Amino acid sequence: MAAPLETAALSVEMRKRLSAFELEIQHQFPPGFTVVFGPSGAGKSTLLDCIAGLARPDAGRIELGAATFFDGAQSVSLPPQKRQVGYVFQSLALFPHLSVEENVRYGLGTIGEEERRRRVDQVLQAFHIEKLSERKPAQLSGGEKQRVALARSLVTQPRLLLLDEPLTGLDGGLRQSILQDLREWNDARRIPILYVTHNRDEVDAIGERIITIENGRLGKSGAPRSVLDAPQTVALAQAAGFENLLEARVLERREDDGVMRVALEEGGAELEIPLGSAQPGERVKVAIRAGDILLAIEEPGGLSARNVCQGIVESVESRGAIAVLRVRAGSRFIVHVTPGARRALQLVAAKPVWLVVKTHSCHLVTQR
Amino acid sequence: MSIEALLLSLRLALTVAVVLLVVAMPLAYWLAFTRWRGKFLLESIVALPLVLPPTVLGFYALMAMGPRGVLGKLWSAMFGHPLAFTFSGLVIASLFYSLPFAVQPLVASFESLDRRLLEASAILGASGLRSFHRIVLPLSWPGVITALVLSFAHTLGEFGVVLMVGGNLPGITRTISIDIYDRTQALDYAGAHQTALLLLLVSFVVLSIVYGINRRVWSPWPHR
Repeated sequence: MAAPLETAALSVEMRKRLSAFELEIQHQFPPGFTVVFGPSGAGKSTLLDCIAGLARPDAGRIELGAATFFDGAQSVSLPPQKRQVGYVFQSLALFPHLSVEENVRYGLGTIGEEERRRRVDQVLQAFHIEKLSERKPAQLSGGEKQRVALARSLVTQPRLLLLDEPLTGLDGGLRQSILQDLREWNDARRIPILYVTHNRDEVDAIGERIITIENGRLGKSGAPRSVLDAPQTVALAQAAGFENLLEARVLERREDDGVMRVALEEGGAELEIPLGSAQPGERVKVAIRAGDILLAIEEPGGLSARNVCQGIVESVESRGAIAVLRVRAGSRFIVHVTPGARRALQLVAAKPVWLVVKTHSCHLVTQR
Repeated sequence: MSIEALLLSLRLALTVAVVLLVVAMPLAYWLAFTRWRGKFLLESIVALPLVLPPTVLGFYALMAMGPRGVLGKLWSAMFGHPLAFTFSGLVIASLFYSLPFAVQPLVASFESLDRRLLEASAILGASGLRSFHRIVLPLSWPGVITALVLSFAHTLGEFGVVLMVGGNLPGITRTISIDIYDRTQALDYAGAHQTALLLLLVSFVVLSIVYGINRRVWSPWPHR
């Protein structure tokens, strides 16, 4: 029994009242990866639970191609058993008393023994876990467990795959290799894959369509760069990896140049940032990536960058392939440099430095 | 010591423990997973024998099983003989008496299961029954053993209920506790002591087995 080439899109239009807010989602998820990105508690897992049939929306419709999963108006709610969905939980939920092979074949209940063996062997090989088939989950490493959980979901040939932060806690190389296996598997099938995460590194690793979710609402969708480089709220900016979130007050708007000047609340340093909707006198937050700040040990001149502030290094700390500096320049800034730059500039605590920030590396964040 | 009484008690306790496991399993499963708000009512009914004097339970059991009781009439109609003062009557009364000792360890065990495992099973297409048999039961065996052992031990030593519904018919309803009582009444302290000591040892061994398996399942002691 070969799998039919399934290219149905998932259409979600639903409302569900949660304790803190109302989850209200309207979106079409085409075949292929869609990253659902948002801070913890934004409603991501509840959305997946509703799609899988583990939670019930208050109203709306959820459809996969021609199949109706849920229709509030018609009181239709397909049980999870009938939805043919793959779902990998954050906790993975491997059955602890069953071996890897028993876990993987669990969802192949009614299929003949020969076909079952063929499918299990195929998926074990695709995810490089065939040597582990006799082991129990407790005897597996983190990455191996994640491979088993993916294999267990995919062997049933689901029409839709839901992934709730399945690769959290893995280092970059391992994550890439698992993602590569998942991509190769999906190239042949092209089902929609919803990949939920609040981790910016995972977004970059997948690098496909992304949609943000916050307080139960979907935000912008598009390519990861275009969506995440202009965070609209503080929580999203933090989740998207903006190390610097500075309180500021708008001084003036220069509509012709498309910029405005702000003064930082702490220390009073002035920055030029892209024009936003905020009016003079209004308080705003400015988000800057630690990696987008240049450091100089002499006062720089002849630069196109509009923002130069003098400061002093407070501390330097190595974190893997980057050096993390705390620099006091009125406000405190977090700056990332390479270990080589740290050596060449002899960056140590108490050294005077200049910070250089391009106007368009500063992002206005709506106060929330 | 009366071997006849000991064997009767063992037979009664074993029957009750096995039947109770079958009855308590679905009940405990329902109690562990239902979202019904009124479930505390059923929980209270199940736990009633823990606080009710056994004579009260025995009294109502006798009323129900007597020739004019609902159960008694039904039984006579089906089997052609009365229910009260028979071994079957003893089993039925003991089922109620030991119910909480079977239900509570099972509920505790089911409730401690990771719900995500059951959800994963459902998403992989497994029916409720298959999930129960493949996931719930294998992961709850300490609870199952505890339920079996506790209801066995509790039934083994019962006195009040047996006295009310069983009477004192040698080989039919004369259990080991009744035997101890009779001997004490007859001032046969040596005989009573022999039997009592045996019961004490059996109870100790049984509890050692339970706590040796898993003290978290049902325990008056704080969690380790």
